[in-house]
Amino acid sequence: MKRSLFNLFAVLVILSLALAACGAPAVEEAPAAEAPAAAATEAPAAEEAPAAAVEKTAIVGFTASLTGKLNVESTRQNNGFKLWMDQVNAAGGVPLADGTVVKFDSKFYDDESNKDRVQELYTKLVTEDNADFLISPYSSGLADASAVIAEQYGKIMVTTGAASDSTYQKGYTLVYQAYTPASAYLTGSLDLLANADAAAKKIAIVHENDKFSTDVVTALEAYAIEKGYEVVLNEGYDSGTTDFAPIINKIPADVDAIMGGGHFADGQQFAKALSDKGVAAKFISLLVAPPEPTFAEIGDAAFGIVGPSQWEPLAAFAPDYGPTGAEFIEAYKAAFGEEPSYHAAGGYAAGLILQKGIETAGSLDVEAVKAAIDSEDMMTFFGHIKFDTSAENHGLQVGHSMVYVQWQKDASGALVKQVVWPLEGKTAETVYPIK
Amino acid sequence: MNAGMILTSLVDGLLIGVVYGIAAMGLNLIWGVMRVINLAHGALISLGMFGVYLLFSGLGLNPYLSLVLVALLGLLMGVLIYVIAIQRVINAPYLSTLLATFAINMIIIGLGTAAFTTTPRDIGFSLGNVELGPLTLQGTRLVAALVTLTVTAILYTFLYRTRTGKYIRAVSNNRAAAELMGIPSARILALSFGIGTMLAAIAGGLIATFFSFTILSGDLYQQKSFIIGVLGGLGNPLGALVGGLILGVLEGVLPLTMPNTWVPVIEFVLFIVILLVKPSGLLGGKK
Repeated sequence: MKRSLFNLFAVLVILSLALAACGAPAVEEAPAAEAPAAAATEAPAAEEAPAAAVEKTAIVGFTASLTGKLNVESTRQNNGFKLWMDQVNAAGGVPLADGTVVKFDSKFYDDESNKDRVQELYTKLVTEDNADFLISPYSSGLADASAVIAEQYGKIMVTTGAASDSTYQKGYTLVYQAYTPASAYLTGSLDLLANADAAAKKIAIVHENDKFSTDVVTALEAYAIEKGYEVVLNEGYDSGTTDFAPIINKIPADVDAIMGGGHFADGQQFAKALSDKGVAAKFISLLVAPPEPTFAEIGDAAFGIVGPSQWEPLAAFAPDYGPTGAEFIEAYKAAFGEEPSYHAAGGYAAGLILQKGIETAGSLDVEAVKAAIDSEDMMTFFGHIKFDTSAENHGLQVGHSMVYVQWQKDASGALVKQVVWPLEGKTAETVYPIK
Repeated sequence: MNAGMILTSLVDGLLIGVVYGIAAMGLNLIWGVMRVINLAHGALISLGMFGVYLLFSGLGLNPYLSLVLVALLGLLMGVLIYVIAIQRVINAPYLSTLLATFAINMIIIGLGTAAFTTTPRDIGFSLGNVELGPLTLQGTRLVAALVTLTVTAILYTFLYRTRTGKYIRAVSNNRAAAELMGIPSARILALSFGIGTMLAAIAGGLIATFFSFTILSGDLYQQKSFIIGVLGGLGNPLGALVGGLILGVLEGVLPLTMPNTWVPVIEFVLFIVILLVKPSGLLGGKK
C-alpha cells in the first residue's frame, strides 16, 4: 500500500512538472483574452471592401503577453502601439492612391508569454480574423515563432521588442525589425567601459538562457575578445531564476565589469543580488531591466547600473516623420499616466513603419507595401529607421542605434536615469567605479 | 575555486535550504495527516508573499510583524479551504482531492493575476549585510533562517508535547482507530490543513523579504517541495527541513563545478534515485 502510494505520488509529480514546463499552468487553460475592440472587427478585410467605399479598415493583428513573465514589457509595447493607432485614426487615417482612406483596427490575444501559444494565435489572426498586417509579440523568442507564420501566409510583419539577429537570417522577405539588433546591444557598454577606464580588462558575463540574451552575449563576448578583454566567466541561467547567489559566488573577486542579464524580472533580481552580496565590480551593465522606470524599486541596489535602451525620453532626435519625442511623451503620459519606456516607444515606432509604408505605397497591397518599407530611410522620434534589404539579412534594422542609461543620484539623493553613452547624447558623466 | 568560495556557497545554500524546508513542511504535513497532495501549495506560498508585501507597502507594518498576521490569516484560510473544498472528497480516491486542490490553485492564481497582474513586486526591505571573514551574509536571509528554525521547533513541540498535537499524530497514523478513541477527526483534519497552509504562507512571507515575486512565483517552491518531500521522507516535517537543507546545499555548491543550469537535472535524478532506492525518504516516512 505504502509503495503504491509513493508510485502514484511520483507519477503525479512528474506529470505536474511536465505540465509546468509547458508554460505557466495557471493561465494555460484560460481562454485567450480578446481586445474589447475586437467585437467591432467582424467587417471584411480592407481589400475586400467595395471600391467605392471612402473609408477602409485595415486590421492589425498581434499577440500581447497580458500574463506571464513578459507582462511588463509587453503591456508597455502594446500601449505604445495603441497610442499610434488612436492618433492616426483620430487624424483621419492614411489616404491611399485610389482616394480611399484607411483606418486601423487591432485584433489581439493573450499569448501568456508562452511561445507555444504564439503560432496557434497568429495562424488564427491570419486565417480567422483576416488580419491585413501583423505586429510581433514582445521578446525575440515569441517574435521568432510568430515571424514564420507571417511569412507562410504572406503577411507583412513589423517586429518590435524583438532584437535577436537570427530571425532575419532565415530568408524571410516580409518581416521588418524596428529595434537595434541584439548583436549591438551590449557592445556599446564595452566602448563605454573602455572610455571610462582603459585599465579595466576582466569582465564576467552572466546571462539568461534564452534566445535574445544568448545572441546578445555571443556578440558581446566576440567583441570583448577582439578588443583584448579577458572574459573570466560566461554563465547562463534559466529563465525564472530568483536565487542568483550560487552564480554570483562564481564571479572572481577581482573582476572589473559584469555584463549580461536577460529580461526585466531576472535583471532586477540579479542587480539586487549583486548589491546584497556586496560584489565589488566597478561597472555593471544589464539588459532590458535598467531602462524601466520601476527598476528603481530595488532602491540603492539600482545605483550605478548601466543599461542599453532602444530609446530614452531624454534622447533628442529631430524627426522627419511622425511626432517629436516631446509630443510622443506628452500624448503617452496623457493616455496612460506614466512616463513611456523604450518598449512603449518601440510599439509606437512599429505603427509608424507600417504607416509610412502604406502611405508611400498608396495601397494595402502586400507587394507594394513591402517595396515601400524596403526603401524606408527616415528619422523618427525613436531614432533612424532603415532596413537591410540583402537576401541574407532581409528586414534587419541597420539605421537605429542604442543609447546607454545609468542610474545615478540627483542633488536630493533620489535615483534618476541619465544618458551616459554615446558621448554626443549624454546628459551626465558616467559614475565610475560604482564601488 | 578557493576555500572562501566554497564556504560562501555552502552557507548561502544552507540559508536558502532552510527556507525551502519550511516551504516543503506544509505540503509534507498535509500529505502525512490526510494523504492529500496539495497542488494549491505554490499559490498559497504566493499569497503569503503578497500578504507581507501589502501589509508592508500599504500599511507600513514591519515585515516580520506582518508575518505573524499572514500566518494567522493562512491558518484561517487553510481551515476554510478544507471545510469548503476538501472535506467532502477526503475519503474519495486520490484523484478527487488532487483535482480539488488543483481547482483551488487555479482560482487563487486567476484572482491573483487579475488583482496584482504578473508584474514583479519587490518589498524593498533590507536589514543590511553581516560580514564574517570571507562571508557576506544578507540580514533578511539570516532572519528567515532563524524564523524557520523557530517555527520548526514550535511545530515539533506542538505535535509531540500537546494534546492536540497528539491527536494530529493519531489521526495521521490511523484515522479509524483515532475516531474510535473519541478524537474529533474532522476538526483535527481541518486544523492540520490550516497549519499546512500557515506554513506555506510563512514561507512565502519570508521569501518576499529577499526575492522579487509575482503571483506565479510559488510554483517554483511547490516543485522543490515535492523533491524535498521525497528526499527527507514524505509526511515527516523534520524530514522536510533536512531535505530542504540538502537541496539548498546542492544548489549552492554544485554550480561551482558545473554550469548552474545542470543543477535541476541533478536534483531530479536524485528524486528518481531516492524513489527507487529508499522510497520512504532519507529520514523515513510518516511518523
